[in-house]
Amino acid sequence: MRLSYPSNVKIIQVPCTGRVDILHLLRAIEDGADGVYVAGCLEGECHFIDGNLKARKRVQYVKKTLEEVGIEPERVEMFNLSAGEGPRFAEIAREMSERIKELGPSPLNVKKAA
Amino acid sequence: MIVADRKPLQEILEMIKDFNKILIIGCKGCVTVCNVGGSKEVGILASSLKIARKKEGRPLEIDEKTLERQCDPEYVDQIKDIVNDYDAIISMACGVGPQFLSERYPDSRFFPAVNTTFFGGALQHGIWEERCAGCGTCVIHYFEGMCPIARCAKSLLNGPCGGSAGGKCEISKDVDCIWDLIVKKKMEQGRLDDLLEFRPAKDWTTSRDGGPRKSVREELVQ
Amino acid sequence: MSELKSGSNLEKVLKAGHFAFTGECGPPQGANVEHLKEKAHHLKGCVDAVNITDNQTAVVRMSSWAASIILMQEGLEPNFQMVCRDRNRLAIQSDILGIYAHGIRNMLCLSGDHQRFGNHPQAKNVFDIDSMQLIHTVKTMRDEGKFMNGEDIDVPPKLFIGAASNPFADPFEFRVHRLAKKIAAGADFIQTQCIYNMDRFREFMKNAVDMGLHEKCYILAGVTPMKSVGMARYMAKQVPGMDVPDSLIERLRGAGKGNVAQEGIKFALEQIEEFKEMEGIAGVHLMAIEWEHMVPEIAEKAGVLPRPQV
Repeated sequence: MRLSYPSNVKIIQVPCTGRVDILHLLRAIEDGADGVYVAGCLEGECHFIDGNLKARKRVQYVKKTLEEVGIEPERVEMFNLSAGEGPRFAEIAREMSERIKELGPSPLNVKKAA
Repeated sequence: MIVADRKPLQEILEMIKDFNKILIIGCKGCVTVCNVGGSKEVGILASSLKIARKKEGRPLEIDEKTLERQCDPEYVDQIKDIVNDYDAIISMACGVGPQFLSERYPDSRFFPAVNTTFFGGALQHGIWEERCAGCGTCVIHYFEGMCPIARCAKSLLNGPCGGSAGGKCEISKDVDCIWDLIVKKKMEQGRLDDLLEFRPAKDWTTSRDGGPRKSVREELVQ
Repeated sequence: MSELKSGSNLEKVLKAGHFAFTGECGPPQGANVEHLKEKAHHLKGCVDAVNITDNQTAVVRMSSWAASIILMQEGLEPNFQMVCRDRNRLAIQSDILGIYAHGIRNMLCLSGDHQRFGNHPQAKNVFDIDSMQLIHTVKTMRDEGKFMNGEDIDVPPKLFIGAASNPFADPFEFRVHRLAKKIAAGADFIQTQCIYNMDRFREFMKNAVDMGLHEKCYILAGVTPMKSVGMARYMAKQVPGMDVPDSLIERLRGAGKGNVAQEGIKFALEQIEEFKEMEGIAGVHLMAIEWEHMVPEIAEKAGVLPRPQV
């Protein structure tokens, strides 16, 4: 399946989305990412029982944090799909890229007029 | 442990709006255990504040440090060489921390990042509940190990009041009526007669009502 | 109960063995004395004493002692209510001396509703002592002439001590024991929470009589006529410790538009008839909330008029 997905998506692999920390997501935004999303297994199918459910709650926390400081919470998202769903993976990458393009660059990347 | 909640980001941002170089100090005591002011939460707060200020176009420089405790002078001393490098210092300890810091370093500005709420314990990861009011004269042995001072909305010593319904307190269906639990446990243990005894008015002199408190143990004082 | 403890009208009526009939009046949310007098006017001659509520449901109103004095000036006997929520033991004892000095002779001792659902939820509550300890305090002041700290009182207040009992709060098994505890602490009379579930109340009273509580204390049954189906539903769902059976709500609904209030009164009258015969019940406490003008009609139909002169 040589599926193509947008090249602006940088993939960071983790053994389980349960490994993804609030700080990983915040640091990505802090360091200039326009958006960041977590692609976990389907709910109820985590090898480690509830890693993906923990990840979802952390994503929610980061969304709330961004909202508090006036940044669109949609820049951060959680998706669930199974490892066998290659086409769905590419679709999500496109969907998220589209969403971010519509939102425009992160306010952190916009140069403030002096 | 002492339980606290993080203040809203906007409140913290407002506190430090005039400053550009900040130190955030966590505490490895109670606030680490209740996941509000340990090294991890220091990192999250630092990143969140940096994001907010970067967005405003006024980037913030933040260093992070977590002390063993902020309620003992020997640990508070550990920042003496760096304290003057910052415009302001945020403490993520309970209300004791920023006060001990302020007393030790009178020339620096300290700000609290958490709201200290109660003495309690964890019901499960992520949920804490109040257990003690620090009244200075423990009476829980009269009540099957449950404290009506801290856990009854009216601190009744001769409860339950007429607002107890279905095991819940009149203030909220999310709050257990502690008197309901006390009565039921007394019945289970066959000690209901204990509750027929009149409990006289409490002497509050040992609580905060008696004024700010101090504990001196001569055998330890050097 | 040989000689009079306070000499209040309510005490004399009860002691003489009459079926007591007390009313209730909430002070105004302001200094509207005329409105208070008008409400009091409806109750005059219909009741033996009128409860004056103390920041009821934690909503700020004219102080209960001040409203009690106004009622006395209008020729009614007040039953001054005091809650522990708003005063510490200094204020409690000084207010007791004050009301006695002004001629008030009945006092109902309550813990008080929590301020959370009142109109000043930001308030700091007091609860220095609880209702049980308040009863004990008033009794100690009266019978031993001593303050809570053991010091002597120069002219002790002689009050007829009332307490509340909610037979419908939980845990049900303990309720009669708490009533017994209040009587042991010094309550001379009891006014119960509004009764709607008669089955449960009969059971409660049977337990109270079995324990002989009615011989140590006068128990007045609480009655509040339902004005509407909405009120019944609100009481059933929103008021903690209130027990309104579905059958009553159905009965009110079945009365049909325009007749619900009359049906509510009819139910109240049936209750009063039963209380007159119920063992251990010494009277009725009628809480006609914001319905004071209906009290004369209810009293008339209940056959409790004229009130005894003692």
